[in-house]
Parts: sequence; structure tokens; C-alpha cells
Amino acid sequence: MSLSIIGARVIDPASGLDRISDLHISQGRIVAIGDAPADFTASQLLDASGLVAAPGLVDLSVSLREPGYSRKGTIASETRAAAAGGVTSLCCPPLTKPILDTSAVAELILDRAREAGHAKVFPIGALSKGLEGEQLAELIALRDAGCIAFGNGLNSFGNHRTLCRALEYAATFDLTVIFHSQDRDLSAGGLAHDGPTASFLGLAGIPETAETVALARDLLLVEQSGVRAHFSQLTTARGVELIEQAQARGLPVTADVALYQLILTDEALTGFSSLYHVQPPLRSAADREGLRAAVKKGVVQAIASHHQPHDRDAKLAPFGATEPGISSVELLLPLALTLVQDGLLDLPTLLARLGQGPAEAMRLPAGRLQVGAAADLVLFDEGVSTVAGERWLSKGANCPFLGHTLPGAVRYTLVDGHISFTG
Amino acid sequence: MTPIDAKRPLQLNDQGQLRHFLSLDGLSRELLTEVLDTADSFLEVGARAVKKVPLLRGKTVCNVFFENSTRTRTTFELAAQRLSADVITLNVSTSSTSKGETLFDTLRNLEAMAADMFVVRHADSGAAHFIAEHVSPEVAIINGGDGRHAHPTQGMLDMLTIRRHKGGFENLSVAIVGDILHSRVARSNMIALKTLGCPDIRVIGPKTLLPIGVEQYGVKVFTDLEQGLKDVDVVIMLRLQRERMTGGLLPSEGEFYRLYGLTTARLAGAKPDAIVMHPGPINRGVEIESAVADGPHSVILNQVTYGIAVRMAVLSMAMSGQTAQRQFEQESVQ
Repeated sequence: MSLSIIGARVIDPASGLDRISDLHISQGRIVAIGDAPADFTASQLLDASGLVAAPGLVDLSVSLREPGYSRKGTIASETRAAAAGGVTSLCCPPLTKPILDTSAVAELILDRAREAGHAKVFPIGALSKGLEGEQLAELIALRDAGCIAFGNGLNSFGNHRTLCRALEYAATFDLTVIFHSQDRDLSAGGLAHDGPTASFLGLAGIPETAETVALARDLLLVEQSGVRAHFSQLTTARGVELIEQAQARGLPVTADVALYQLILTDEALTGFSSLYHVQPPLRSAADREGLRAAVKKGVVQAIASHHQPHDRDAKLAPFGATEPGISSVELLLPLALTLVQDGLLDLPTLLARLGQGPAEAMRLPAGRLQVGAAADLVLFDEGVSTVAGERWLSKGANCPFLGHTLPGAVRYTLVDGHISFTG
Repeated sequence: MTPIDAKRPLQLNDQGQLRHFLSLDGLSRELLTEVLDTADSFLEVGARAVKKVPLLRGKTVCNVFFENSTRTRTTFELAAQRLSADVITLNVSTSSTSKGETLFDTLRNLEAMAADMFVVRHADSGAAHFIAEHVSPEVAIINGGDGRHAHPTQGMLDMLTIRRHKGGFENLSVAIVGDILHSRVARSNMIALKTLGCPDIRVIGPKTLLPIGVEQYGVKVFTDLEQGLKDVDVVIMLRLQRERMTGGLLPSEGEFYRLYGLTTARLAGAKPDAIVMHPGPINRGVEIESAVADGPHSVILNQVTYGIAVRMAVLSMAMSGQTAQRQFEQESVQ
């Protein structure tokens, strides 16, 4: 089957393309941008005038909750929600039940994702068995099963020597390691950013140093081991400063932030709404400004949803007894467009942080529009708005943005030339 | 982006009267004064031979304590009984299932018993807010202490104690001493003192026991007890939990007493007519010397008596706020 998308504003940050043009797709691939090839006939025409056509979004962290937590979400429900957010490729973290530390789990996830067909799924394997930080997982078996990177989530390694060896082993095979740098001891028992809001509410604090101390250690270990490293879900201004310094001295590390960290601050906790309970926590306004500046400069290459859907019961308790996480992948594009609306980023830069940046950080074949590449696209209307929650596909309704009017609306998401979502 | 569910006056009805009593944050000086005035009038009831008034006759007050308590629970029971309410007390174990499930399920069960008012104590900060948001709106929720967050009836009984012994708040220096970080009493007291116009509020403790940004309450911070106590009118001592010794917050009880224990000699630096308060139970020789606890400056036992009157005031005001709200809603329907 073949498809021509006519009259869209085609933006491809990787090549600097930004003009009204046509896209021609055949057998799941882009065959031309601009004029159709001589022998090309489209079996389907899509009038995209007034729409932006961009590389499909690449989300580095979407918890699919399957296997193990299907009351919170399933691979089918959450990839469908992701498609609604403009996502065509996503990485899922290893915190499933059983933990994603064997190739069987990776294969199960990939099978079900293919069956659902809403988005391309790239699993992140556990770096250690059971995420316990003691024994290495079988990284090569996991790689061969389809894991594109390895991480240990927020579970830190019990001892630095073991972590160091894990990194050296990963470096041997040029594997990417994803860090969630948060010191276990400094964050123990903490529920919120250690600042005036947490003090006022009587919530135990997680100091900035919980991130920076772990991050400084991790950067030094990365430097020593030479492992390919990505730092995920940074929350502090001092933290991104450390990344910037490491990059300045030539360390090829990449980083992402959760989109909600660029929008919310710890002040949202006033009133004790468990919707704002996330780990690592929402930080101060100064931290948010630091993160936004780092995204603008490109110190942080990727913005991810860090989507964590929950069942109702998980959030139905006093703040400290609730499970952390926000369900927001299906708002990824409109929520991210608030950064353009606020004047922080221009549209091509935003699209780079949502496509090319994360794809390159994980070496995924995604995030760019070029002839011969998979036709993974998002088509959206910048001129209209989305009322968050009018339609809701994720199983997790734990989203503090529900009811807000957000800029832009996703019209079509295409994976390998097939429409995976129509808005 | 401002959260849609940003802070709203959950504990007030449409006319600005109390319908729950969750925290002193956001309550006006007038309202706090009304609580104190009402409590003053109930003190007379306590002094009478027949100690009952019929304000809550036919109403059911349910004390739900997820955390151990003797003093607070007993004084709430007495307060409800003196208002002629039916009183049930439940000590709910938190160890059996996950706290959240227990709490939510317990609430549903109590709702089914048609209780009019819940007095709740819980180890999680924000528990009372959670309950007020999820229980049927006709039930009044009184916070009997939630985590480190708030203990508003203790705060108000402390204010009543100060007002009865010092006449008011306008010219006072008040020092709060000890473990401010973990104390819901300190948080409620700081808010109440500020709202009632106390010009000089001091907190005294080592940095490990002071919350970040404590200055936001409008207080002066002292790490030296003698400097902090200089010429104060009121000293509020806080209880030091034994578990603070583990985890490096303090080296020992002995060293804490050496630095922050209230002794006769140290109290001499305060005003000659200074009063000494403590929410109880006291640790003699840890935060306070026996001679001070039992001495002429101490009003610690008066606090307990005032506690009953304050709780009667809060229970009756919240019930009347609920009733007024229901009448208002019925009228607006008609």
C-alpha cells in the first residue's frame, strides 16, 4: 500500500527541513519528500494542509505495566495511549513482574507489542538480576532478545564495586546503561523535595544532594569504565550542571528529563494531592528553570513522559501511602507544546528533543524523516487545542493535567506507514 | 501551570464557618479567636457539678486512632461526652494490611454506621485531608494529629493556655524548643501564634531537628537555648522521641539534655513570670528537669484541662458548620 501526505508543514530537525511539502510513503517507508517519484502512485491521499508533519515521537520511558501489573495498564492499552500522544517508538523500563531480567520477559513484551501494533516498543533490560543490584543480569542474552539498553531504575547498587564491574562488563559489549541517579540513603523514606513546601506539609524530604551525590559518583564511574551512558529523569539544576560539566570535558553522556518536571514544581503538593506524588520528586521552581535551560541548550537531549499508569487504589490513600507516578504519555505532544507556547523552545527544537534526541541517545532507528527511513510520523494541528481527558485511553487516570486545555492536537500517528491513531 | 485542584478551603463551609478541622493553615484570626472564646465558655461547664451540655445530643462521634494515644483520645472522648454525643473509639492497627487500604476501608465501614463526626489520628501527613476529601460530605472530620503535619486541637489548646495565663498575644515572646522537624505540634503552634498576632516567635534546636525553610512561618531560629530563651514569656517544650538517637540526628539523650534541656537555671533567663508548656507526655531529664515540670512556672497540667474545653469547642463548631451547610444547600435547592 502507498500513501501520499499532501501539503503539510514538514519539519525534520535532524536535516533542518521545515517547509510546506508532501511526503510519499510506500511499503512502510518514506520514498520521497516533495515531488513523488515518477513510478509512484498513491493508493491513498491524506490532505494535511494546516498540519505539521514531524518524525514520530520517541519516548524513553513508558511503563507498560505488563507483565505483572495489568490492573494498572497493559501493553495494548498503554501503547495505544502513546500513539494518541504522537509516539511511534517507546522504551519500557524493566520494572515488571517478573522483572525484565530474562529474555523470556523481553520476548513476551515484544510479541504483545507487535500484536497490538500501536507503537514500536524497545525494552530496557534490568542491569542486575531482580534489580537487586547484586548480580549482573544476562546482558547479552537480553540484548539478543531485543533490549536496547540496561538500567537498574531507582534501585541503587548495594556496593560501588559491583556497580563498577557492571559498567565495565556493559562497556565490553558497547551496551548503553541508563542511570537514575538517586542516592538510596539520602532519599530513604523521603516523599517530596526537601524544601519549604515539604517542611510545611510535614512530608519527609529528599534533598537535592540525593541526586547530585549519586550523579557525581556515577559520572566518575562512567568515565573510568568508558561505558555508553544515559542519565534519565534528572530533577535538579545542580544535577544538569554536573552533566554539562561532564559533557564539556568530553564525556559523551546524554540525559533526559520527565516532561512534568518542566511544568510542575513541589508547590503543587500543597493540598496533599497524591497525583503529584512522583519519584524522584517534583523540585523547586529554581530547579525547574535549570532543567528548562538545559533542555534549551541541548545539555538534555530528550524529554520523556516517564509515564506510570496506576489503578485507582494506588492513589487512594494519604500522600505517603500512595504509589508514585503520573500517567501522561497520551498528552506528550500537547503538553510539550506548552514549552513552545511559553517561548522556551521553537517548534523544531522541541521536536528534536522528542524525536531525534532520544533516538540518538538509544541508537534507535527513529526520530528523523528521510528517504528510505521507516514512515513513523506524527501529524498535528498547532492551531487548535486539546482538552486533556476528553478522550482517555490509558488505564491509568492518575494524571494531574486532566481538565486542562493544552495547545495543539494530534491528528494522525503513523507507524511504518500505517495509521496507528486518528484524532 | 496552576493545578486545577490547587488549595481550596476544604475545611470551611460556604459561609466561612468550620465544617472540618484539619489544619490551622488558612483559618482567620477571627475564627481562631472564636474557638478560644467558645472554649472559654466550656471551661465553666467542666467546673460545674453536672458537666454536660446537650449540643451534640443524638449525634455520633467516632474516634478513629491509627496511632497510639492516651491523652488526646481520652480528652476527645470526654469532650464529646460532655456535649452529650454518643462516642465510639476505635484503635485501628496499621500493621495488618497496607495503611491506605485499611484507612479507606475503615472509613467506608464507619460511614455505614452513620457517624456524624470522625476524630482521626494517623501517622501519615495529610491523612485528615485525604479522609475529608473521600468521606461523605456530611461527616465532619477533626484532625487528631497527622504525621508531622498538623495537630490543630493541640495548637488551639496551647493558644488557650497562653491567652488565659498571659491575657493575649500582642506583646509576647514565645519560644518553641526541641524537635521541631518531626513535630506536628510545633507546626500548628507556629501557624496559630502568627495568625493571632504574636510578634516574637522563636524556635530553638540543633540543625538536625529544624525543618528546611522554617523561617516561612515567620519565626526566628536559634540553635543556642540560652540565647533563644532570653526574656521570653512562654516556653513550649516538645517531646523528644527515643528513636531520634538512631540515624545520627542526635548523639544521645544526655547530650540533648545538656544542650537543650529546660532546667531551673536556664529558665532564669526567661521573664520572671514566664510559663512553661509541654504537649506531653514529658520525658523528665531528657527535655525537661523535674523541678521545672512540677514547678511554679509549669502550666502543663492546666493544658490538659483546657484541652477538653478546646475539643468541645471544635466539635460543636464543626457540627454546627455542617448543619448550617446542609440547611444552606437545601434552601438553595428550593
